[in-house]
Amino acid sequence: MSSTLTARRPGSSFKRRNTLLGWSFILPNFVGFAIFTLIPVIWLFYIAFTDWNAFGKANWVGVANFTRLIGDSSFHVALKNTLYYAVFHIPLTLAISLALALLLNSKLKGVAFFRTAAFFPYVTSIVAIAVVWNMLFSPDTGPINQLLRALGVDNPPGWTTSADWSMPAVIVVGTWREMGYYMLLFLAGLQTIPRQLYEAARMDGANAWQRFRNVTVPSLRPTTFFITVMLTIGSFKVFDLILVMTNGGPGQSTLVLSQFIYTKGFMENQLGYASSSSIVLFLICISVTVVQFLVNKRRDA
Amino acid sequence: MATSTVTTLVGDLHPGSGRSRAPRSARRRIGRLVGYVALVIAAVGVLLPFFWMLMSSLKTNNEVFTIPVQWIPKTFVWQNYVEIWQKSDMTTWLKNTMILSVVVTFLQVFTGSFAAYGFSKVRFPGRDALFLAYIGTIAVPWQAYMIPQFILMSKLHLSNTLWAIIALQAFGAFGVFLMKQFYETVPEDLSEAARIDGLSEYGIWRRIILPLSVPAIASLTLLTIVNTWNDYLGPLIYLRSPELWTIQIGLKTFISQYNAEYALIMTGSVLSVLPIAIIFMLGQRYFVEGIATSGVKG
Repeated sequence: MSSTLTARRPGSSFKRRNTLLGWSFILPNFVGFAIFTLIPVIWLFYIAFTDWNAFGKANWVGVANFTRLIGDSSFHVALKNTLYYAVFHIPLTLAISLALALLLNSKLKGVAFFRTAAFFPYVTSIVAIAVVWNMLFSPDTGPINQLLRALGVDNPPGWTTSADWSMPAVIVVGTWREMGYYMLLFLAGLQTIPRQLYEAARMDGANAWQRFRNVTVPSLRPTTFFITVMLTIGSFKVFDLILVMTNGGPGQSTLVLSQFIYTKGFMENQLGYASSSSIVLFLICISVTVVQFLVNKRRDA
Repeated sequence: MATSTVTTLVGDLHPGSGRSRAPRSARRRIGRLVGYVALVIAAVGVLLPFFWMLMSSLKTNNEVFTIPVQWIPKTFVWQNYVEIWQKSDMTTWLKNTMILSVVVTFLQVFTGSFAAYGFSKVRFPGRDALFLAYIGTIAVPWQAYMIPQFILMSKLHLSNTLWAIIALQAFGAFGVFLMKQFYETVPEDLSEAARIDGLSEYGIWRRIILPLSVPAIASLTLLTIVNTWNDYLGPLIYLRSPELWTIQIGLKTFISQYNAEYALIMTGSVLSVLPIAIIFMLGQRYFVEGIATSGVKG
């Protein structure tokens, strides 16, 4: 990276040559990227301010869509449910994947096998996962409630058939699916911690908990932060798992932001209105990323 | 960076230390025991749903839900694996999914590695700003721009064709990002030597960089195949005609059509997961590598 073409052969004609050369490499990917990602993202900010309904003309309506969002009770429910999912999914996944990573970072046999196994749910399709878990959660005869009854729970929850328990069911499955992925990231972070730090702590008489508290946790801070950001974005855009498992129900008990956009846009053809709620999702995810960027920058400085 | 992370990940995992006094070794043994118990519980928690899926796919329909749970079927009903092909259009779904996986993966790997070369080895004005635009869109969820994208695809008459999914998946920023991360680790001296020998930049990419980046290409290939195979939302929105359905859409439709045929539904699920399971087993090293490369740097 240090010596580059421009550095070696200065002069504007070489610069032009380099520009052409660079673009020729990037172009095949960029054409597709620009048409199918960049343009839609930019266009979103126009459509959101129109009353487009797929058939008629798009009329500019200013912020009308956004004022409608503020008063839309379905949108409130979707926002609230998305937060509900995020508030439980993020800490739960953090805790479990960190615990698994610590376990795998020890001198136990079978660790390599478990690393593979734990990652498997992450590469399995949502449809297969959702249908299996729906059966496992089946209220009367499903294995989970049979287990709960055996453990002495007289009235086990109705899970995906109950408005109160459908979201916890989705959270359980979401966490189960993703924990192996974040476990790998934590594991990679754990392996960058110098062994001498643990030895020094041991010399000072620190027990296992104190070593975890004073060596592992501070050293893992960048990893933990990165994972939290990823989990936050992932939670706010959660969609396919819910669509297949509960389809937003029962009632509106698992209706989330992405599904609100999907329903308004593709079911009800309210493209303008759906786009304005897309912008809300967009802004949430972008601000999370910007915060990450700023914090990283401050740390590097 | 990629390779070093991987060797530490795959290789020696233990920050162990020398054993010392006796009481500690007794405490240690208890600690190990607790560790093993935790590992077994976690493994059961992860794998039991898959085991239940596999076993249910080999039961008669009445045996799927029994009290108490029957973990292993009395007789293995292999017939389910014949019947599913008769009751569903599995062949079409698998064919479409395979076409998409191959084409998308080829395009993603080719354009991604090509563009990554431009971003990491050629310096020109505006390059870093352009790369920032790429990275920025990784943070934008697809759900946020699926509506304008759908309108655009419809205007281009790509909606309800397999091309829509190819266009959607093949030019992602992720591939460019992953390959660039890897190229940054390739020493510039190699390209420099080739340049002196008169090789063009395209030649350097083709003859030097590409052969060196086989591990990164393997990671990207596997991650892209899995992604395309498992994609549910893209096909749901774009593929309306049954003859275009992928395995995910097909399976979901089958589930709603035969919603009481529990054993057959599980059979279909097993078949939909099987190819990915095989690919994953064969290439799990590269999955770990890809995740570590794209994740740790963040």
